[in-house]
Amino acid sequence: MRTLKLLIRNAFRHKLRSGLTILGITIAILAFGMLRTMVNAWYAGVEASSANRLVIRNSISIVFPLPIAYKDKIRQVSGVNLVSWGNWFGGVYIEEKNFFPNFAVEPKSYLALYPEYVIPDLQRTTFLNDRKGAVAGRKIAEKFGWQVGDTVTLKGTIFPGNWEFAIRGIYKGRDRSVDETQLFFHWDYLNETMKKTASRRADQVGFYMIGITNPNLAGEVSTTIDATFKNSLAETLTETEKAFQMSFVSMTEAILIAIQLVSIVIIVIIMAVVANTMAMTARERIGEYAIFKTLGFGGWFIAGLIFGESLVISLTGTAIGIGLTFPVAEAFHDYLGTYFPIFFVERHTVYLDIAAGVLVGLVAGLFPTWRAVNIRIADGLRRIG
Amino acid sequence: MTDPVTACDGQGPPVDLENQPVIVEVRNVNKAYLRGNHVIPVLQEINFDIRAGEFLALMGPSGSGKSTLLNLIAGIDKVDSGTIVIGGVDITALDETELAHWRATNVGFIFQFYNLIPVLTAFENVELPLQLTGLSRSERREHVEMALRVVNLSHRMDHYPSQLSGGEQQRVAIARAVVTDPTILVADEPTGDLDRVSAKEIMSLMCRLSRESGKTIIMVTHDPKAAEAAQVIRHLDKGSLNDAHP
Ligand SMILES: Nc1ncnc2c1ncn2[C@@H]1O[C@H](COP(=O)(O)OP(=O)(O)OP(=O)(O)O)[C@@H](O)[C@H]1O
Ligand SMILES: [Mg+2]
Repeated sequence: MRTLKLLIRNAFRHKLRSGLTILGITIAILAFGMLRTMVNAWYAGVEASSANRLVIRNSISIVFPLPIAYKDKIRQVSGVNLVSWGNWFGGVYIEEKNFFPNFAVEPKSYLALYPEYVIPDLQRTTFLNDRKGAVAGRKIAEKFGWQVGDTVTLKGTIFPGNWEFAIRGIYKGRDRSVDETQLFFHWDYLNETMKKTASRRADQVGFYMIGITNPNLAGEVSTTIDATFKNSLAETLTETEKAFQMSFVSMTEAILIAIQLVSIVIIVIIMAVVANTMAMTARERIGEYAIFKTLGFGGWFIAGLIFGESLVISLTGTAIGIGLTFPVAEAFHDYLGTYFPIFFVERHTVYLDIAAGVLVGLVAGLFPTWRAVNIRIADGLRRIG
Repeated sequence: MTDPVTACDGQGPPVDLENQPVIVEVRNVNKAYLRGNHVIPVLQEINFDIRAGEFLALMGPSGSGKSTLLNLIAGIDKVDSGTIVIGGVDITALDETELAHWRATNVGFIFQFYNLIPVLTAFENVELPLQLTGLSRSERREHVEMALRVVNLSHRMDHYPSQLSGGEQQRVAIARAVVTDPTILVADEPTGDLDRVSAKEIMSLMCRLSRESGKTIIMVTHDPKAAEAAQVIRHLDKGSLNDAHP
């Protein structure tokens, strides 16, 4: 169609100006998309949590343990169908900077609680039968080149010594939101070693992770459990996995809000830049718009020309920006994957990008359109020459 | 090529106006502009007729209101009072949208500064007013090619305005003005920005449109040489008309 051709040619009439504007939009959309992705990555643990899982920890602080003896009383609470437990191990592979999360857990119940960790049946069986066995996430195994059957040594930080594990399985996430950078091994292995070397620290767990039959029971079950251990040596705090994860995120919530604000500010700034470009362009073209009007073209046509041009520019920048977000996020993940185990551009972010691009285009076209439509033809024609 | 004495030399006789119906009636037209809180009267009690096929030149000093009067007749400006009836339609009674439709079919515009759309080729520029008609693509092509043939630019139809000389651009503008076969052609200093040779070419073309195609033309000009091509010359001075014939 001629009109489409016209507005595309108009959009690229000043190649340098349009090019720079598009570059600006591209960078803004890229920055916007990356910041959003970063915020999403931060909340990944919260998003991945299940409403069927509760976490029990020492009510004073997560760093204080709970006795293993609690497990039998917890099992008796109605609504509880699975009880698992574990310790944050904090082992280091070769050197500090190779950080990744590793836990000692009661393996059978833990894997039952986390169906999103997908392990081949054979690997699962050998892992469960090997006291010194461990399962590692796909990403961390790839990173360190671990294969099933390899022996891996972790240097203990909380639990001193060199700990050897046999990799018996490699788990994959059921979907992209599952953290594939963790390692799990038998809690019994940890506990028995403790019994021999530091008996004071034996029979203690960092947390209980329990499954409930129905998410609606979360409140009731939590209250019952915490009441059970009230006035005992170690009082408990039971909360949903989501609330538990959220308690980590909320420590940094101010930063997240700041990041989100910055991402909006970026869009507002680029909006002003594009609006300025469009105002400049439309001012130069006022005579041309007057000619269109003289020939009998209506206000809608003029509005279409200006908004169309504005949208061509903003959406071109947006498209390039979105196209770049994926490889940049990929590179970012490769570089900082240990801090952001789940880092990918969500579909929702792409929709937000597009919405931002459309919004920028429309807002930028608003004022010039209003002017061009309302200027008297005779005045518009005077601007020529 | 011999240099003709006037733009109309070698062309047929002018239209016999006596037997032509009145096509434009300007009655008691007044127009003033507001500058700050000063009212600046531009046109006062203007009355005259234009007959079908007439080639009228509007002359007068700068600021006398020639462009204003032309714009009123062409329907791109509004009178303060008075009526302008063109082809039986009182255009002072039309609203913006009606006026836009009326212009699209009844008026062909030629301005001093060519006024072509720079991103469109000669062909596309001429085709522009036809986009508002119900013509099919092939009909439009036919009309555009014919109009470009009239102005002798068929071979340049794929060129952009920047690739054409001033005179050629003005010829494209004339083709665009005539392509819809409008009731009246209005031209505001069509030769004002051209050198003598190109100006004469344009006037010769205007003359041909008048004499051979019987177009009704209203042209504002400063140039007495250009006015020679017209049949009727009217002088505007300080907002009033003083009639004169060549
Ligand atoms: N939009 C406007 N606002 C205020 N004054 C105007 C406006 N348009 C025209 N005028 C004034 O009206 C008067 C007539 O203007 P017009 O353009 O019709 O003159 P003109 O005869 O065409 O002059 P020129 O030969 O220089 O083109 C001038 O004094 C001009 O300054
Ligand atoms: Mg003028």
